[in-house]
Amino acid sequence: MSEQESPEAFGARARAWAASNLPRAEGRGIMEVDDEEELRIVARARELQKLIFDAGFAGIRYPTEYGGQGLTREHQLAWREATAGYQLPDAFNVTHGILAPTLLQFGTEEQKSEHLPKILSGQELWVQFLSEPSGGSDLAGLLTRADRDGDTFRLNGSKIWSTGAHFSDYCMVLARTNMEAPKHRGLSMFMMPIRSPGVTVTPIKLITGGSHFCQEFFDDVNLPNSYLIGAENEGWRVASGLLFHERNMVGGNSLNDHVYGSGGEDDGDVVGELIAMVKAVGRSQDALARQLVGEAIVLEALADPTISRINAQLRAGRMPPPAASIVRLLSGLKGFRLAEIALQIGGTRAVMDGRDDPVGVLGQRWLGARTGTIAGGSVEMQRNGISEHVIGLPREATPDRDVPFSQVLANRRQRG
Amino acid sequence: MEIELSGEQRFLQETVRKFLEQESPLSAVRERAAKGEPPFEPGYWRQAAELGWTAMLIPEEYGGAAGEHPVLDLVIVAEEIGRAIAPGPFLPAAVVIDALLRSGSAEQQQEHLPALADGSVIAAWAMGEAPDGWEPAEPATQARRDGDDYLISGEKAAVEAADVADLFLVTATTPDGVAQFLVPARAAGVSVRPLPQYDLGRLFGDVTLTDVRVPASALVGEPGGIGAVLEHQYQLAITLLCAETAGLTEKIFETTIDYMRNRYAFGRPIGSYQALKHRISDHKVWLEAALGLSTALANALDSEDAHVARLASATKAHVGEQSLKIVSDCSQFTGGIAQTWEHDLHLYLRRSTVNRSLYGSPEQHKERLCRLAGL
Repeated sequence: MSEQESPEAFGARARAWAASNLPRAEGRGIMEVDDEEELRIVARARELQKLIFDAGFAGIRYPTEYGGQGLTREHQLAWREATAGYQLPDAFNVTHGILAPTLLQFGTEEQKSEHLPKILSGQELWVQFLSEPSGGSDLAGLLTRADRDGDTFRLNGSKIWSTGAHFSDYCMVLARTNMEAPKHRGLSMFMMPIRSPGVTVTPIKLITGGSHFCQEFFDDVNLPNSYLIGAENEGWRVASGLLFHERNMVGGNSLNDHVYGSGGEDDGDVVGELIAMVKAVGRSQDALARQLVGEAIVLEALADPTISRINAQLRAGRMPPPAASIVRLLSGLKGFRLAEIALQIGGTRAVMDGRDDPVGVLGQRWLGARTGTIAGGSVEMQRNGISEHVIGLPREATPDRDVPFSQVLANRRQRG
Repeated sequence: MEIELSGEQRFLQETVRKFLEQESPLSAVRERAAKGEPPFEPGYWRQAAELGWTAMLIPEEYGGAAGEHPVLDLVIVAEEIGRAIAPGPFLPAAVVIDALLRSGSAEQQQEHLPALADGSVIAAWAMGEAPDGWEPAEPATQARRDGDDYLISGEKAAVEAADVADLFLVTATTPDGVAQFLVPARAAGVSVRPLPQYDLGRLFGDVTLTDVRVPASALVGEPGGIGAVLEHQYQLAITLLCAETAGLTEKIFETTIDYMRNRYAFGRPIGSYQALKHRISDHKVWLEAALGLSTALANALDSEDAHVARLASATKAHVGEQSLKIVSDCSQFTGGIAQTWEHDLHLYLRRSTVNRSLYGSPEQHKERLCRLAGL
């Protein structure tokens, strides 16, 4: 075996390569562009991912047998540092940070060798189908069914709030395969091509006008055995692993090469925008407006030190894995408060000027601010998780936990 | 930047914790206050000095024991002091030592550092002025030249350890700009008025200087040339105060969680009610942020980071505000018993409340952040 390249040398090589191959970053994140622009960004991401893969930088922490580089977290951090400020295929973050790690952890050898190389080379975008119209927080109470039919399963039901399903290629879908088992024990995880016969994908138009999330309908979709990820009826374990990778990605610890949020899904220069807005509305000397700007600066300043602290504790084993919810709750509370602050400062102009106006755009952002406290697990679910699984406070009584799911449904109908 | 304490730092943490459990249990803090005794005996502070609390900033060549990350080491001690609501002029000692190291003359360093390090001399930083004047660079206290001497006049407010200090480091405005002077507590014209005890583990006093005559050799640094030194002292004070506050908040939060696990209402632990759990989870987020900020600030000071002023004010604003919210909510969760003299909670509430306004309130630091951001 040849000796591994040092993170420093790897970073230096990445820096040199990026300088002559990657375009510089543009300002706007995927959440702030219209639908056509979004599709262009995704198409561009596929090209960029291919470029990075061909140059031997893709999948830094993925095993070499699946097309990765087989390197360490230090190499990953070196890459992130070397490529900061360049345009990166951020559209692949969910695939590389959530779905592919789940596939690596639970997938069969065939599934891994077939798909991981395509995932790393920009050919396949994946997305998870978890939430349903009947509920997202109570994931294990889902209604979509995959009924066994000889050697295959038939999928019927509906999923919702999947990010970018309309431009993605594959999904992981969690479905009920046993109605008579308690809710957590009758679920199975499947992979499938999104454009399978019987699947309908409908983008959802959000308050702000964009369509980044979709709803899917399944009408007798045929799922061969080979699409099962993990064992039949053990889907909850796979889903828990998937959610763990998701929290990890948000905390910057998953296997995705690029920083989650580097494309502007994060808040960008919120403080700079607020200061520009304070000036635009003539409130530079207004003590109340200044207190609000000060509060925003504090919120921006505390994010990194908090994430660093949580990550260090997670890695040292002094906090359990669910502590990643602390970071998630922080970002939910912080994002919402920042949107609120902008509204408090902007006053009438924030709601009268259009989205092309620097003040008006903040009013638009306020309309979409609840996405940040709901998507990826509502802040209430994070609060449950933190208090129960990090702090260790007792659970509230749940009437549906060890009951056959068919019975849970019957009870629901009776009470409804 | 991801911070893990080294083995040595963990050892330091344990040593400080054990020392405080033994030498300053909360019951003793409460009893001394009830009897009107001062919060600590001179022997206590000398013992703490022997453990190295004062030597951590001082490099070896001056007889100290500064490590690779001196401010982070101090922060570890400060967190423990907070957890124990311990007495002792830890913060003023560190700030005065910092001033001497950064701007003192060789003679001043030789004369004062050894005595500050072994705890035989107690120094206080007379910086703040009424009402709520915590901007180090703008003292109203004046020092004017008189022959080879200076005459200092002014009122310094809420000076920690003023009643037990042997030596004051006084900030004052001279015709050449802001300056700092070493003033013996017994100098003619210095009077100390002890303030009513709010924090049971610490004493504060107002210091009045009336034409206090000191020689030019009492100047620490050049008048008008110590802006950066002063700012560094201020940031160090904020760092230690915030670490102490974060530590006390963490301790009372842990105590309260235990209580919520064991206190039953309507047949189940009160900690199982979502109405309380959700508040606890939000507090956990802001508590981790407080601890993370204190550590990040210590690292920024240790590495002389360019953005340290912004981080210091953000830390003071966050920790000052959130600590009090958390401690006050812990008081609510614990109920009636927490409103009694016998319960420990008020000791935490008192110190958190005092620390909120020392070295600038959250409101003052938010204003400072605007100025630093160019607004």
